[in-house]
Amino acid sequence: MDLYEYQAKQLFARHGVPVPPGRVAATPEEARSAATELAGPTVIKAQVKTGGRGKAGGVRPAPGPASAHTEAAKVLGMDIKGHTAETVLVERATVAFEEYYAAYLVDRANKTFLAMVSSEGGMDIEEVAATRPEALAMMPVDPARGVDAETAGLLAARAGLPAEVHAAVADVLVRLWRVMAEEDALLVEVNPLACTQDGRVLALDGKVTLDDNAAFRHDRDAFADAPAGGSAGLEARAASRGLNYVKLDGEVGVIGNGAGLVMSTLDVVAYAGESAGGARPANFLDIGGGASAQVMADALEIVLSDPDVRAVLVNVFGGITACDAVANGIVSALEMLGDRGLRHPIVVRLDGNNAEAGLAVLDAARHPLVRVVPTMDAAAELAARLAAA
Amino acid sequence: MAVFLTKDSKVLVQGMTGAEGARHTARMLAAGTEVVAGVTPGKGGQAVDFADRRLPVFGTVAEAAERTGADVSVVFVPPRFTRSAVEEAIDAGIGLCVVITEGVPVHDTIRFLARARAAGTTRVIGPNCPGLISPGQASAGIIPADITTAGRIGLVSKSGTLTYQLMYELRDVGFSTAVGIGGDPVIGTTHIDALEAFQADPGTDAIVMIGEIGGDAEERAAAYIEERVTKPVVAYVAGFTAPEGKTMGHAGAIVSGSAGTAQAKKEALEKVGVRVGKTPSETARLMRELLGARS
Repeated sequence: MDLYEYQAKQLFARHGVPVPPGRVAATPEEARSAATELAGPTVIKAQVKTGGRGKAGGVRPAPGPASAHTEAAKVLGMDIKGHTAETVLVERATVAFEEYYAAYLVDRANKTFLAMVSSEGGMDIEEVAATRPEALAMMPVDPARGVDAETAGLLAARAGLPAEVHAAVADVLVRLWRVMAEEDALLVEVNPLACTQDGRVLALDGKVTLDDNAAFRHDRDAFADAPAGGSAGLEARAASRGLNYVKLDGEVGVIGNGAGLVMSTLDVVAYAGESAGGARPANFLDIGGGASAQVMADALEIVLSDPDVRAVLVNVFGGITACDAVANGIVSALEMLGDRGLRHPIVVRLDGNNAEAGLAVLDAARHPLVRVVPTMDAAAELAARLAAA
Repeated sequence: MAVFLTKDSKVLVQGMTGAEGARHTARMLAAGTEVVAGVTPGKGGQAVDFADRRLPVFGTVAEAAERTGADVSVVFVPPRFTRSAVEEAIDAGIGLCVVITEGVPVHDTIRFLARARAAGTTRVIGPNCPGLISPGQASAGIIPADITTAGRIGLVSKSGTLTYQLMYELRDVGFSTAVGIGGDPVIGTTHIDALEAFQADPGTDAIVMIGEIGGDAEERAAAYIEERVTKPVVAYVAGFTAPEGKTMGHAGAIVSGSAGTAQAKKEALEKVGVRVGKTPSETARLMRELLGARS
């Protein structure tokens, strides 16, 4: 789960990482009263879970409450790389004397955590790594030991920060590690980490990704997104039924078992579409192992709720899952959905465990919309052709 | 021959008294695996009945290992208990620990992998993986045994169902061992570890490697193949149509910026002479061609 900047800063504050005072606002009026409360110059910052908002005009100075209202009106509703700014963070303006960079992340290759600290804050860290590697300290973090004062001091020194800020930065680095470790984060990034004229160090921005697998041991209700409309609504509906659904932009609805096989099915549909009218996959939907009739009904219902879908491809390889159970699932799903204006063709490919029994079930049902095809490639071709027709 | 798991492996099941653990223990037994015991904290002294035998349950891995000589453990315990279960297996000196559990917090995985590294005596496969099978010999995990046959292809994959798909497509040729390494961002045994083992295994003639979007494991595997692998390798990469920033089912399967795309992985593999199939069926065909050309 990616957090908004203001949520990341709430976590920072919880662990004693200094952040500028700020308030979240969803309307220009709220922004005005937030600025009044904060007293003094503020910055209006679009709350979107993507980078590049500064360049897009999503961060604007507002010297007082009146301009906070005006600037918030410009930022709210702004589209930044496909993300709409539903809220803004009204934050007291901070004059940074120097800007640094600090991050903890998961290093997949080395199977551990990585600390990154740089004296070059405020810019793209990948560029710093490429052009000024000496300004970037990277160190693996021992998961058992974590980042203590000594390690943090070493990081600050290796990143080439001025000696007089080492202690203050090290303190922040230790606290940021607590955010990483105690909140089960996969990424904690502060860019810029500002040092003010009077030597204070504070996080001016914050990016945090929390590990969804660890949700069971945290209270994260405050971070749950409000239900959204459109495809996000469909994704939320699928999630509430325990289905893993991702909306894409094509016309062939795809349902399969296992993340790898479904990803592969999307590719095969896209290839088939290249020579069949340009049809493309409409979604990713993994029903997981042991699909019951209810799971299949939910899956079909979600996929068919997408107005762009013109044909559905069900691609199941029965490993542990028995194909006859899947076939029964499809048949009862069609019965359950029968009175809901079902009109798009459903191409089914079943292979593996109990495939023959499964095909017999579909054959016996003789549903007019169901077309059974023996291989994954042929099934994808037919589904692409039907969607393009 | 096979890698990591053979007919001589003695297998413990951590979580055998749970529904999943019991179901898959029965399947492992049916596949010819020598499952010797279960481990469930607090249930030591009980026993679980299977078709033709009764397996004892021990309260700790250490006791089970001592009493049965087990050298492999398969973990089916829920995510919140997985770290302690795996650490118990490591501390008991179990040589191979296969973590089937899906949904393990990444911090926990990093912690138990660090412990395994420090101990230096346990190979961890997973978490969030289907396990591994050496057809005709043994199965440790949930890979179905009856969709393929024993043979001389080694397979390594992040994805369970794609593993099954390829095992099925090449069922007439057969496999030495198929290893499902799991789709999490941090996993114990990697593509490279499996490639190294298959390269060294006299029972493996050729290797199928299945990758997917996210991370750079396939790129690193490509570099390893160029340097160390002389056996023929055929690869498949899933996720060409995956959009940036969306997690596709597996926690590790996400394209971030220009990194982790299927195209980049395919190019890295092809650059070192690995033939990459566009689809699973084409991948199977490429493997047949390779084997045909050799015989």
